[in-house]
This record gives sequence, structure tokens and C-alpha cells, in this order.
Amino acid sequence: MQKRDVVIIGGGPAGLAAAAELKKRGVDDILIIEREKQLGGILRQCIHDGFGLTRFGQTLSGPEYSQRFIDQVKEMQIEVLTNATVIDLTDDKIVTADTRDGLLQVQARAIILTMGCRERTRGALAIPGQRPSGIYNAGVAQSYMNLYNTMVGKEIIIMGSGDIGLIMARRMTLEGAHVKAVFEVLPYPSGLPRNIEQCLNDYNIPLYLSHSVINIKGDTRIEGVTVAEVGPDMKPIPGTEKDFTCDTLVLSVGLIPENELSLAAGVTLDGRTKGAFVDENFQTDVPGVFAAGNVLHVHDLVDFVSLEAEALAAGVNEYLNSDEVAPCDIEIETDRNIGHIIPQKVSGEKNFRMSMRVRKPMGRCKIIVSQGDNTVKSTIVPNAIPAEMIQFDVAADKIMSNEKIEVSVYEQ
Amino acid sequence: MGTQYDIVVIGGGVVGSAVARELSRYQLKICVLEKELDVCNGVSGRNTGLLHSGILHEKNLLRTECCMEGNAEFEQVASELDVPFKRCGKLIVGFGEEEKKRLEGLYQRGLENEIPGIKMIDHDEIKSLDPNIDGDFAIYVPSAGILCPFTYTIALAENAVENGAEYYFDHEVTGVEKDEEGLFHISTNGGEFVTRWVVNCAGLYAFRISEMLGFEAYVPNRIKGEYEILDKKAGNFLSMPVYPTPNESGAFDVHVTPTIDGNVLVGPTIETIGTKIDYAVTQKMIDVLVEQGSRMFSRMNRDYYIRNYVGVFPTIEDPETHKEMDFQIQTKESAPHAVNLVCINSPGLTSALPLARRVVEKVKAQEELTANEKFNPIRKGIVKFADQDEEGKQRLIEQDPDYGEIYCRCECVTRAEVKQALHNVLGVSTISGVKYRTRASMGRCQGGYCETRLTQMVQEELGKQKEEILLNKNGAYMFTGEVK
Repeated sequence: MQKRDVVIIGGGPAGLAAAAELKKRGVDDILIIEREKQLGGILRQCIHDGFGLTRFGQTLSGPEYSQRFIDQVKEMQIEVLTNATVIDLTDDKIVTADTRDGLLQVQARAIILTMGCRERTRGALAIPGQRPSGIYNAGVAQSYMNLYNTMVGKEIIIMGSGDIGLIMARRMTLEGAHVKAVFEVLPYPSGLPRNIEQCLNDYNIPLYLSHSVINIKGDTRIEGVTVAEVGPDMKPIPGTEKDFTCDTLVLSVGLIPENELSLAAGVTLDGRTKGAFVDENFQTDVPGVFAAGNVLHVHDLVDFVSLEAEALAAGVNEYLNSDEVAPCDIEIETDRNIGHIIPQKVSGEKNFRMSMRVRKPMGRCKIIVSQGDNTVKSTIVPNAIPAEMIQFDVAADKIMSNEKIEVSVYEQ
Repeated sequence: MGTQYDIVVIGGGVVGSAVARELSRYQLKICVLEKELDVCNGVSGRNTGLLHSGILHEKNLLRTECCMEGNAEFEQVASELDVPFKRCGKLIVGFGEEEKKRLEGLYQRGLENEIPGIKMIDHDEIKSLDPNIDGDFAIYVPSAGILCPFTYTIALAENAVENGAEYYFDHEVTGVEKDEEGLFHISTNGGEFVTRWVVNCAGLYAFRISEMLGFEAYVPNRIKGEYEILDKKAGNFLSMPVYPTPNESGAFDVHVTPTIDGNVLVGPTIETIGTKIDYAVTQKMIDVLVEQGSRMFSRMNRDYYIRNYVGVFPTIEDPETHKEMDFQIQTKESAPHAVNLVCINSPGLTSALPLARRVVEKVKAQEELTANEKFNPIRKGIVKFADQDEEGKQRLIEQDPDYGEIYCRCECVTRAEVKQALHNVLGVSTISGVKYRTRASMGRCQGGYCETRLTQMVQEELGKQKEEILLNKNGAYMFTGEVK
């Protein structure tokens, strides 16, 4: 069996950034395993621009953004195995991958989980109705259009206002399809404000908030949907049903971190993020197994994925040097306004970056990080919305004890 | 005039395919006419995937007789046809005195039917069988089992074809005429078929063919059942099907069943829908599935939802007794050389081969059949990468490097399996066809990862244009063409 210091599972933005940063820190024995034939992950199909403003200070397309990291990884001569799918991972860090050259087994000292996420499906939501063709997840439609040059339909209804759905509303319009409307079950958009502006408003595509698709019709190809307004309980309001004809229904109803391998390795998942519980080093509860990017929690911008993976490299390096990282026994708890938070545990010895999302639009608000009566950090967020991740740094010298840290958000 | 057949089987479901397979033991020119683009698209593919024991119906019914016969022989059938199957047993659980009385009635029937090994067990015995199952008491039915209805029907059809039978998909029967020589002229949207014999295995549409053949014009009174499929993660918590005690009218509420592939099925709900066919999932029944399913299975959790589906059963009410009619295998003097199967519903999957043998007997009663010396009962399925141990996986990749490319991540299906599925002996080319043969896209991402690969493969391997790719039936196109 091969032995490696680090095996990175997934060669998307998180995996690539982690690899390059590790190499910079002097770690040489790295293997990236990627299931696709090329590196780049989901960015390969994201041909729109808007990537890189935070990380590079300029706006790039997805492939351009990922190419910067791919070039770096190549220059650094980091070993990459593509067209290889990891099918098993054990808690003692043995990776099994399926490749055309046979089953590859690698014993790693540290594992980096960067598998990204998948889309929530019609089935997961149990949307009633028939089961015709023409129902696509937004990312699948994006893949068909941008990687396979394939048009999925002409009369489009979009359910959910997630960012990929918004991007696809614009993309399909530009390719001659008629995007009739976007329906969002929540009273506010799920996607970023800039995407609402640039992908819907600029093309006069209506967005109906507090609306949901409650029935799908069509015996062969989809012929239409029934949409209804929903009340505060998310249930359809009788009498508000409206029928729309369409030949395609695009779903953009959420992303779920893809943690099947993490589970195989015995990693405990957080019900809120659907990703691993991690400490400030991005180490999971299985020693030597680290996670970053969308496999850990769904990000709004890829720039933050890269930055998170770069931050992870420091922890991995520390682990490789001493076979452990400083114990992280201080738990982080949140109030009900916060949907999720990363990390969930810290040592109190290191500065760290906190990432979180609010559950509902809260406008201007104050976030207070405290330990008992001691305020560790207080920060103002000018406009807190669920679509945007909130990040801020926390200084270790403000953490006074091993008591739990509480994070609260107050509307101002 | 084209080819003349000895026997035309109408309907490529599990029963029609079993009939074709059993008839292919004899020197006969056989074809199966199926209106859909694949086998198993009606009742056969939309059920619970159970190998029934025979406890659910009264003794002396054809359905009970066939069910028990089919149950008893299934080890052999499964090994001949390479169909994964597990005799996992089944529990019918109850709570409280009222349910105990009703369960005892059912238990008595089980004893009368001589269901092998059935036992009344108590709470502790339930827990020792499966700690995740709850009940004050239960009937334990060890002979019940689970199988994949798609795999089984495909296996029967493939074995029939390997032994000389022909399948015509996209051939809907629109009329049957008899000429002076007694030959049937069957009209379809794909042309006329001339045959000496006809067997009606048309499932949901059997009532229509029945009338065309000169048998009774039945009025269907169909039953619709909705199901929820749960993730394999939930499957780890259920080792055998669990039924509640039948309600006062003798019907079962929603039950939970592990599938042979490791998922959990919750359902069916039961709703009489008369003459229509309706495959739409409804919010009302999803709510019923959640409510009743949670009672049977504590892991009935939203996070585990994978997909919903609907089954429709062809039941017919007996005009005299007003009870559901038994399985019918009819012949009559005024319609010689026609065998009419109607009201074949549950347990049709378990009963398919026993029914098929009875059809063969009906033919034999009217003419002597010569054995097909070349008949081979053995059929091999696609070797599944996911089912192999490490050595087996390694060997497969060495034999065919396409086994080294995972196409469906959730179900661990490789390019090699998809390729084999696309070149199936039945000539099926739909995306659902690949799915039913490999399980690609049946997992939690529902094709999010593999569907682009599957559709690409249909183009590469079968030379189809984008617009020609169909999900499952005519009209169910996937794409409108190229991007500009």
C-alpha cells in the first residue's frame, strides 16, 4: 500500500487551495484525488463571472478562477490523480479509490476532505405530482448547457431562488429560452442580492416570494406546475393556486455537503451545517481528518472557500509535525438567530475566523461573542441576510477560560 | 404477410415475461408485445418488491396457491436467473388487546394456509429479531422475502429472449381479429402480428384485451398506492418488512419494507380510483405516509427522503360477492387458443412463474408441445462493482478498465455497467432502462452526478441525437437540442 503524508479528496477550489498552501508551508508528500477528468470542481461549469473579487481583487469566470490554482498546483509539482473516485475511507485514514488502473489504496497520515456539495432534489422535498422528464436541478442544467452544449428546455419555471437557479435564469434567457418566473418559498430570496439584480431584474424575470410549486403535471414531458402562495407556516394558502405551463422545471432549492466518505471514516456531522464538527484547525472529530469548503458548510462565494482551505493548511501542517493539534475543548454555542457556525470548538490558544449565517434577514445587527460575562468580540454587521455568510476574526487573547463561548445576534 | 407466431403474449410485465420464459421451454415461435419502451413499466415495477408468503389471502384462492408455490421455489429461481433476493422474514405487529384479537384471526388463517414456520411472538422476541422494530406482539412470517421487481422482470425477459422469444416495445395492441383459419390478427401501432395463440398479460389494461379476445368486458376498479423511498442510511435500521395489524375492514395501513438494495419503502397508502390510472403523488398521501410510517419506523425522517412513487393495481370487483376477484386464468371454448389473465395484482410478483406454468398447461390442454432441447434456464445479470469485495473489484477492473470509472457515485455504479446496460439484449435505450439495470441515479443525489454521463453514453454507444434521448417513454424527451 502506498503511504502519503496528505491525501486530499476532491480537486475543486477547496482541495486545490489547501494543496498549494500546504506545499508553501513545506509539506511535499501530497496527493490530490479527483473524480472528474479535469481539476477545478464545480467551477468548470460556472462560466459566468464574479469570482475572485475577495481573493484576487478582480472579477473572473469560474474556469479562470480555478485555473489560477490549477497552475499553481502544477508549478509546485503537486501530484494529482484525476478520473479516480474515492469509494472508501477508514478512520485510520486508508483511502480506496477506483481508477482505470485498478483499485488504489493509500495510507495517509492526514486526510483533507474537500468533496464539495450536492443539490437538494425534488425527491428530497417530496414535491407532489407526476414524474415527467424535464425536471432538472439547476446545477445539472448548468452542466448540460456549459459542459455538454445541451439545451434542456425552452419554457422554464424555476423553483427556489438559490444562486445557481438565478445564474441559470440568466444563462437560459441568453440562450433563447423563456424563463417565466422564479418561485421562492421563503419570504426573502435565498440567493445573493447581486444575483437577483443581475440575473432576474436585468432580464425582467419575476420573482415571487412566499410561493411554492405544489404540483407537477405531465405524463411524458412536464407540461406545467401549480404554484401557491404559502403562509408563515410554509403551507400553501387555499385559494391562491395558479397554473403555469412550462416544458422545464429547474430546481434551485439548496445544497447539501457531500459527506458520505466522512461518515464512512466515522466523522460526526453537525445537523445544522450537514458537514463535520470542526475545531479552529478544521480538524474533524477523527484525528488527522480535516475538512474545508462546501463539504464543511455551504459557502456563498468561492473566494471564502479558498481562504478557508488555506487556513486549514496551517492546522494540517501542525498535525503532521507533531501528530496532533492543540486540544480544542471550548465549545461554541449560538442563539436561535444563527443558522450555523464554524468552528464548533476552539482551543483558546489561537486566533481564529468565525463563519456563520443568520436564519432570517435581520438588517443592521450586532454580533456578540462572549464567555460568561466576558465579551470576547463585538462586531456590527450592516445588513445580515441568510444568503450571505458572515465572517470575522476572533483574537485568542480575549478568551479567558475553558468555559463555553456563546455567540448572539441582536437587531439594531 | 409477415412472420406468423405460435404465441403472442400481450404485456411485458413480470407475468408476461414469465409466460414468455416458460413457453420458451418448448419449440414455439413466441413474441411479447409491450406498449411501453421497456419491461416492468406498469404494475410490475410499481409495488413493494415483496416475496409474499401467502398469509394475506384465504386458502383455496388461486392467488394463495400460486403465491405459496412461487415463494417456496424462489431460491432456485433466483439462482437460475441471477436475481438478488433475501428471505428476510416479515413481522405483522400489534399493540393492545383489540389488535391482538385481530392478529390472532390472521394467525389462524396462516396456520390454515400452512404458511411454513409462522409464529406468534411477544415483545422480547420482536426485539431479539430486530431491536428497531416495536410491538407488544407480532406474527413472524419467516418465509417472506424481498427482491427487486425490475431485476426480476428484466431477468425473466432476458432469459426468454436468450431462449428464442422476441420482444416488441412501443407496440400497443389496438385490436384483435380472428380469420377463417382461426389465426389471430393483432393490430398494433407498429403493424399487424399473426399468431395461433394469444395470452393476455396486459396487467392494468387486461380488461381491454379481455374484451378484444372475446372474454368478458370487465370494469376495472383500480387501487392507487403511494410510496416514499428512504435513503440507505435508514436501511441500516430495518432488517425485515413490518406491517401493522390489519384494520377492521381487513386492510393494512402503511407498512415499511427494506429493499434488496438497502433502501426502505414506506407505503403504500390505499385509495380506490375506479377506472382511471393516476400516477401523481399527492400532498395528502405524503402526509399519511409520514404519519403512519413514523408509527412503524422511527427513522421516517425528512433527511432520508429520496423519491416518491405511485403504484396502481388492477382490481376487479366480483359482481356477485362484491369482493375482489381472484386471479383469473381463463380459457373458453368460444375463444380457442386464447388465454386470458385478469385481475393479476398482489401477490403477482411472487406468483409470476406459477401463473406462467398454468398458462403453459392451458396450452398443453389443447395441443401437444415439443420441448426446446436448447432451452437454458440460466441467465446472468450485469456484474455489479458495488457488490464485490476488494479482490473482486480489482479483478473486474483488470478485465475491463471501464469498471475503474465510477459513473454513479451514490450507488457506486461504473461505466462498464452502464455500457452493458445500454447494450441489453432487449434493446432498451431509455435513461430509466439504464437506471433499472444498474441502479445509476437511484441514490440520494437522484442523478445529479451521473445523469450527464448516462445521457452522454446513450449518444456515444447508441448513436442517438440529443433530441432522441428519452427518460422513459415516447414524449418524455430530455433535451431540446444543442445550445445555439
